[in-house]
Amino acid sequence: MLTIKNLHAGISEKEILKGFNLEVKAGEVHAIMGPNGSGKSTLSNVLAGKKEYEVTAGEVKFKGKDLLVMSPEDRAREGLFLAFQYPIEIPGVSNINFLKTAINEIRAYKKMQPIDAKDFLKLVKEKQALVELQVTLANRSVNEGFSGGEKKRNEIFQMAMLEPTLCILDETDSGLDIDALRIVANGVNKLRSKNRSFVVITHYQRLLDYIIPDFVHVMYDGRIVKSGAKELALELEKKGYDWVKEKLAVGSGQ
Amino acid sequence: MADKNEILEEHISSEYKYGWSSDIKMDSAPKGLSEDIVRFISKKKNEPAWMLEWRLKAYRHWLTMKEPHDWAHLEYPKINYQDIIFYAAPKQKKELASLDEVDPELLKTFEKLGISLEEQKRLSGVQSTIAVDAVIDSVSVKTTFKETLSEKGIIFCSFSEAVQEHSELIKKYMGSVVPYTDNYFAALNSAVFTDGSFCYIPKGVRCPMELSTYFRINTAGTGQFERTLIIADEGAYVSYLEGCTAPQRDENQLHAAVVEIVAHKNGEVKYSTVQNWYPGDKEGKGGIYNFVTKRGICLEANSKISWTQVETGSAITWKYPSVILKGDNSIGEFYSVAVTNNHQQADTGTKMIHIGKNTRSTIVSKGISAGVSNNSYRGLVRVSKGATNARNHSQCDSLLIGSTCGAHTFPYIEIKDKSAIVEHEATTSKIGEDQIFYCNQRGIETEKAVSLIVNGYCKEVLNQLPMEFAVEAQKLLAVSLEGSVG
Repeated sequence: MLTIKNLHAGISEKEILKGFNLEVKAGEVHAIMGPNGSGKSTLSNVLAGKKEYEVTAGEVKFKGKDLLVMSPEDRAREGLFLAFQYPIEIPGVSNINFLKTAINEIRAYKKMQPIDAKDFLKLVKEKQALVELQVTLANRSVNEGFSGGEKKRNEIFQMAMLEPTLCILDETDSGLDIDALRIVANGVNKLRSKNRSFVVITHYQRLLDYIIPDFVHVMYDGRIVKSGAKELALELEKKGYDWVKEKLAVGSGQ
Repeated sequence: MADKNEILEEHISSEYKYGWSSDIKMDSAPKGLSEDIVRFISKKKNEPAWMLEWRLKAYRHWLTMKEPHDWAHLEYPKINYQDIIFYAAPKQKKELASLDEVDPELLKTFEKLGISLEEQKRLSGVQSTIAVDAVIDSVSVKTTFKETLSEKGIIFCSFSEAVQEHSELIKKYMGSVVPYTDNYFAALNSAVFTDGSFCYIPKGVRCPMELSTYFRINTAGTGQFERTLIIADEGAYVSYLEGCTAPQRDENQLHAAVVEIVAHKNGEVKYSTVQNWYPGDKEGKGGIYNFVTKRGICLEANSKISWTQVETGSAITWKYPSVILKGDNSIGEFYSVAVTNNHQQADTGTKMIHIGKNTRSTIVSKGISAGVSNNSYRGLVRVSKGATNARNHSQCDSLLIGSTCGAHTFPYIEIKDKSAIVEHEATTSKIGEDQIFYCNQRGIETEKAVSLIVNGYCKEVLNQLPMEFAVEAQKLLAVSLEGSVG
């Protein structure tokens, strides 16, 4: 699904990713944890194709294709979805209209006819229930006046609607109370399938109580420094990131 | 990236799709302006003496006036009025018995513009019916549905015909809202106006279909000077639409129109415009100078006049559709979207003059600037002494695309009555890279994202437009802004 090899990238000439490697197979859920400034959000922005970020070395293959040469919209059309850490407001554009435009753009890319209005509404109804999003929110302007929790739920709703193959969740748990966290996690769990992979970026192990990952990676200073099974998250929670940093310091001293 | 640029180029070059011109046999006046030209126009139109008198008075007054260059936020060279053709009309037989007699080239022109002059087509179509008055250069070539409308006592015809057939109404109302002394371009128009639409809705009649006038400038070197007069008698209602296009030419062409609206007791007029005159090319060459005076008067109690405009065209737009709220409890509304791209300049807004008691006005203005354009909102809210309980709410928003364009707001508020409540809100925002990236990440390409964001921003105004027009306006907004985000 996704193969990242020796990725170096940064912003305004500051290198942030320094040789990042990751292999995500279809149906897998990978959690990426790490302290502030370790490059987690840079990773999601680079994968989504935000133009301020510059890739200086390495390669990223998505479903066998070179991801880095694709425009951001083509990456999305190929099935890459980023749930934003800070979802953007678009005043005056209804969520529904926004999603319909997006779905039809993706369908056009796949040389499919625009979605039938009836099918679309059916889809909306079905996916809304998934994240317990009120009908009124779907009709309101994109993220405008939404609470933090509503915005995050809306991201998962959009994810459900667009049916991507690779979902990147960028600190989707930040700013969520425990109920919202459970709703969001339930939504994600229902979307798990053998053809869909997830990269879950988070600070805390809390989210991983609900979304059980297949692999946990610890990121530090622009690369993955430790990988393991889901238990690694618990260990991190107990010992803190300093534990990883110390081990690294010792490692480099040898 | 190369092919992306190519696509962009393609978009830019396809920007103005009405830029072609038609080869229609024309009957024109010699270039220039003089009393003789005024007489020539009047004679061409076989006008009664009173009409010529009025024109000449206007012309003599115009000679005493100066072209306005001081107050509007616009820059344009002095216009050479001796270099303009003031009258150009397609050659055709006087009386047309049927559409078959219209020059086929002319029919083709309107067909190409997507405007049907055939009533049957419209009737059987899925779209709601719209009666059309088609004006090309200086004359109205065809007005549809005249018979259907006249059954209800509605008069909808070209202005020239009204001068002949309904002279009492013309004498009574022409110049009553916009006198020829009003301003430089209104005076010019009063002297040399060539055609336009006239519409009268009698007492208690709700006009059963949208009325519309379609203006097209075709001949090179001509100016278009049309007048429109709309009267809603007691309890009458009409929704009126206006559209316009012009061929792509290197020289600037002048369009100086006058629109007058009168609403009697309980009468209501809704006037919608989608202005799409040729805006000039990317370098600012050519384009229409659009100097227009539009004003309505709510003459008696409980009347209402509503202006909705979507301004995407013209090199220069100078236009302030206004409402004089004379009748008690009368309502004036102004909803505007003005888009400027490349080198376009717009100075547009409204005037709401509160005179009667309990009068209300609403102003919603959305300016969008891109390229190196300048977009100004200029609005006056005046509450006269004795206009008790007047209410006004103004909202003026500006949206910037890129960092080389300008947005300006010039609100004037004059309050002479203490009971008035006047509110003014203004915002300026920029289409964010973040918004565009968010759309991109959902599979929406940048051009489409901009159009989506802009349409969302204008929603309040677009919602005021009749359905068919709203769809057209949305497309137009997208086209006008193509290539504005690199």
